[in-house]
Amino acid sequence: MNNPALPAVRSKKAIALSINQQAFLLFLLILGVLLLFWEVGAKMGLFSQLMPSASETIKETWWWLSKPFFDYGPNDKGIGWLLLTSLRRVLLGFAIGSAIAIPLGILIGLSEVFSRAVDPFIQVLKPVSPLAWLPLGLGLLKNSESTALFVIAITSIWPTLINTKFGVSHVDTSYLDVTRTLGASRWRTLIKVILPAAAPYIVSGLRISIGIAWLVIVAAEILVGGSGIGYFVWNEWNNLKITSIITAILVIGGVGLVLDRLFSFLQTWVAFGQRV
Amino acid sequence: MMTSSYASSIKPADMSASAPLSIQGVSKIYHGKRDWFSRMTRKATLDYTALDDINLDIEANTFVSIIGPSGCGKSTLLNIMAGLSQPTTGTVLIDGVPITGPGPDRGVVFQNYALMPWMTVMDNIRFAIETVNPKLSATRQKAIAHDYIELVGLTGAEDRHPHELSGGMKQRVGIARALAIDPQILLMDEPFGALDALTRGFLQDEVERIWEQQRKTVILITHSIEEALLLSDKIVMMTRGPEAKIAKILDVPFPRPRHRELLDQQPAYHDIKAEMELHLSQETRAVEESRIRRRAIA
Repeated sequence: MNNPALPAVRSKKAIALSINQQAFLLFLLILGVLLLFWEVGAKMGLFSQLMPSASETIKETWWWLSKPFFDYGPNDKGIGWLLLTSLRRVLLGFAIGSAIAIPLGILIGLSEVFSRAVDPFIQVLKPVSPLAWLPLGLGLLKNSESTALFVIAITSIWPTLINTKFGVSHVDTSYLDVTRTLGASRWRTLIKVILPAAAPYIVSGLRISIGIAWLVIVAAEILVGGSGIGYFVWNEWNNLKITSIITAILVIGGVGLVLDRLFSFLQTWVAFGQRV
Repeated sequence: MMTSSYASSIKPADMSASAPLSIQGVSKIYHGKRDWFSRMTRKATLDYTALDDINLDIEANTFVSIIGPSGCGKSTLLNIMAGLSQPTTGTVLIDGVPITGPGPDRGVVFQNYALMPWMTVMDNIRFAIETVNPKLSATRQKAIAHDYIELVGLTGAEDRHPHELSGGMKQRVGIARALAIDPQILLMDEPFGALDALTRGFLQDEVERIWEQQRKTVILITHSIEEALLLSDKIVMMTRGPEAKIAKILDVPFPRPRHRELLDQQPAYHDIKAEMELHLSQETRAVEESRIRRRAIA
C-alpha cells in the first residue's frame, strides 16, 4: 500500500489507450490531414480547375445522400434508384453465374476425368477481362440490359467454380471413411457430407465473385449506358460535375463493403469452427 | 427387429450383437514407383511390405489389443479389418464370411474423431443410425441416439457442435456413434492417442465400463501398455515393420470388472507388463537404429 511506485503505474494506465482506440485516433488524424490538404490545395489552385474543394464536395455529397429517391426523368434520378438498378443487375447476373458455377464445380470436384477435360477451358477463359466479353454479348444478345447481366454472370463464374471444385475434391478423408464404414450411398455422402464440408470454400468463392461483379458493373454500365450507378458516373463526367463523381465513388465503395461483410457473415455461419 | 420390451435400445451383454473375426494370411505391400519418369528424376522407390502373412483368430465377445512399435502397420491392419484398405493377399472373415469392403457390421472409432463439424452431437449419431437403418422412424432414431449419448455420459451436450467440445468429449461422441449402429465388431484405432494423460485414463475407465455392458468383439490399436492391460482379454504384440508379423499373443487373465487402482495387485500383472516392456523396447530400439543406418546410407 505504501509503495510509492504504485500510484504512478496506475495513472499511466489511465491514459493508456487500447489498440482500437489508438487506431481510431490515427484514422481521424489521417482523414483530417487529407481533407485539409484537399481544401487548402483546391482554394490555392494547386489542382486542375475542375477539382472542387473538400467543403463543396461534402456539401454536394450530403445533398445526394439526403435525397436518395427522387426521379426527374432518365438522366436525373436519386442515388438510391441508381444503386438499386445496379444492385439488381449485379445480383441477377451473380445468381446466374453461381447457378452455373456451383453445380459445375461440384461435378469437376467429384470427377477427375471431367476436371481434366474442362480444365483447359477454365484456364483460357478465366484470365480474360470481363469487359472483353461485352461486345460479344452485345453482338449475340442485341440488348444492353441482357449484355450487362451476361458480363456479370461470366465474371461471377470463375472464383466460385474454382473454389467449389477445390472444396469438393479436398473433403477430409476421415469424413469419407466414416460414410464408407456406415455404407452410405453416393448421393447421401454428397448431400450430407461432401457439400457441407465444401460449403466454407464455396462461400469464400461466392465472396470473391460478388466483389468482382461489383467492380465490373460500373465499367459495364459506363459502356452499355442507360441507367445505374456506372452510367451516372459517366453522365456526371460529361456534365463535368466532379463532386457527383466523388459521391458515387464513396457510395460504390460503401455498397461493396456491405456486400463483402454479408458474405463474410455467411462464411462464419457455414464454417462451424473450421478454418478456410 | 426386436419388439421393444426393453426401455433402453442398448441390448445387454448376452444379447448384444457380436461375432468372431479371423485374419488369414493377410499381407499388405505398397508398390513403389518405378516408371521411367520416377527413375529419371531419381524418385523411384522400392516396394514396401507393411504386413507379412498375418494370421489371427479373435473369438466373439473378447477385447483384443494390438500393440507394437510405431510404424509396424497396426493401423494398416485395422484399416484392412474395417474394409477401408484392401489386403494384397489373404482374407478377413467375420463369422466365417469373407469381407468385401467396409460395412456397418463393424463400427470404427477413429484417432482424429472424424466427427462432422456441421452436425451437432445428436445429428452426428443420428446420421450413423439413419444411414444404416433408413426405415427407422425419426422418433426411434432419436431415442436410440439419446440412449447412446447417455451411455457415454454426454447427456446435456446433444445440441453442441464438435468445435464446442473437448477432445475427450469428441471421442465419446465417436464411441457412441460407432456403437449406435449396434455393430458386431468394434474397431478402435488409437482412440485416445491425441488426448492428454488424465483424460485418456478417464476415457479408458469409461470404455471398460461400457464394455462390461456390451461385451462386443473389440479390436483396439494402441501403443500404451497400461491401456492394453486394463482393457484386454488378449494382447497381440507385433514386430517392427517392414514385414511386420505377430510376435506373441498374451492372455490377460484378470477378473472383471477391472479397476486401474487395483490392477497391479493381480499376481500376473508385473510379469505380463515386464514382458511387454521388454518386447516393445527391443523393437523400438531396432526401429530407431535402422532409421539411423538408413540415413547414413542416404
